[in-house]
Amino acid sequence: MSHSPSRDFYGVELTSRLMLGTALYPSPAVLAEAVRAAGVEVVTVSLRRESAERRDGQAFWALVRDLGVRVLPNTAGCHTVKEAVTTAQMAREVFDTPWIKLEVIGEDDSLQPDLFGLVEAAAILVEDGFEVFPYTTEDLVAAGRLLDAGCRVLMPWGAPIGSGLGLNNLYGLRSLRAHFPEVPLVVDAGLGLPSHAAAAMELGYDGVLVNTAVAKAGDPVAMAAAFAQAVAAGHAAHAADPMEPRDMAAPSTPVLGKAFLG
Amino acid sequence: MQIVLNGRPCEVAGASLDGVLEELGYQKAKVATAVNGGFVARGLRAETRLRDGDRVEVIAPMQGG
Repeated sequence: MSHSPSRDFYGVELTSRLMLGTALYPSPAVLAEAVRAAGVEVVTVSLRRESAERRDGQAFWALVRDLGVRVLPNTAGCHTVKEAVTTAQMAREVFDTPWIKLEVIGEDDSLQPDLFGLVEAAAILVEDGFEVFPYTTEDLVAAGRLLDAGCRVLMPWGAPIGSGLGLNNLYGLRSLRAHFPEVPLVVDAGLGLPSHAAAAMELGYDGVLVNTAVAKAGDPVAMAAAFAQAVAAGHAAHAADPMEPRDMAAPSTPVLGKAFLG
Repeated sequence: MQIVLNGRPCEVAGASLDGVLEELGYQKAKVATAVNGGFVARGLRAETRLRDGDRVEVIAPMQGG
């Protein structure tokens, strides 16, 4: 029987393996309700220019603080190593956490990470004391380089951010899991349905991060709860050691003792 | 002196970064700062002198995925 090794997130054990993004909800109240409905322990946040008059960021921060969850700041929108590093430094001060979801975007249509810049930025940030969650692809070589740079968690994409396509490269994600059995892996981006999240967990992933699929659902609160159930089910299924698929039928009802009625 | 605050020209009287933040109304706000693309930690704002044309970024928490 297989079992899930204990793979924590820089020393933090999470009960809920669903992480939720905080953008695109119909209202702050819906966001708060979705976080509570799903029982998530980690939400992602970002940084933007603050107007002294409007002070939008202050209101958002008050909302997040009241949720009582751990925050994972991102460097979304950064296209260069310098931008990402500076943003991470500002995020650490504002959010008072060494965690950073490192994004260095390399291509605008797919929002595919620039893996070269990502490795370079990760090395700088690890050296500076950050606990880096790199947003990467399923590329095995890049994964190895990120680990060499000192990352202790990897966040490969399922599909392009916001696409809702699910797990685009099942083989690649399975390979990544198999190559790095000790490394906490979180599928980040591209999930559209709870079944996608369950599938990621059934592969042995340690968590999923979802934003658009919940925030843009007709009922974000209900969808957040559905994702939480799917993640828990997928995690339990992986721990229960699923059967191997086979090409031919195999009767599940015993044939022995069947009446001869021909 | 004129600086560029969050991408927009802005006339300020103060010379230090923390003085300018107070002048602009950011008192006690949860913000982080950068000058000319480099992070300036909270503890260094008082000793950071601004010069004409400096690009100052003042950023705060926002929704993100």
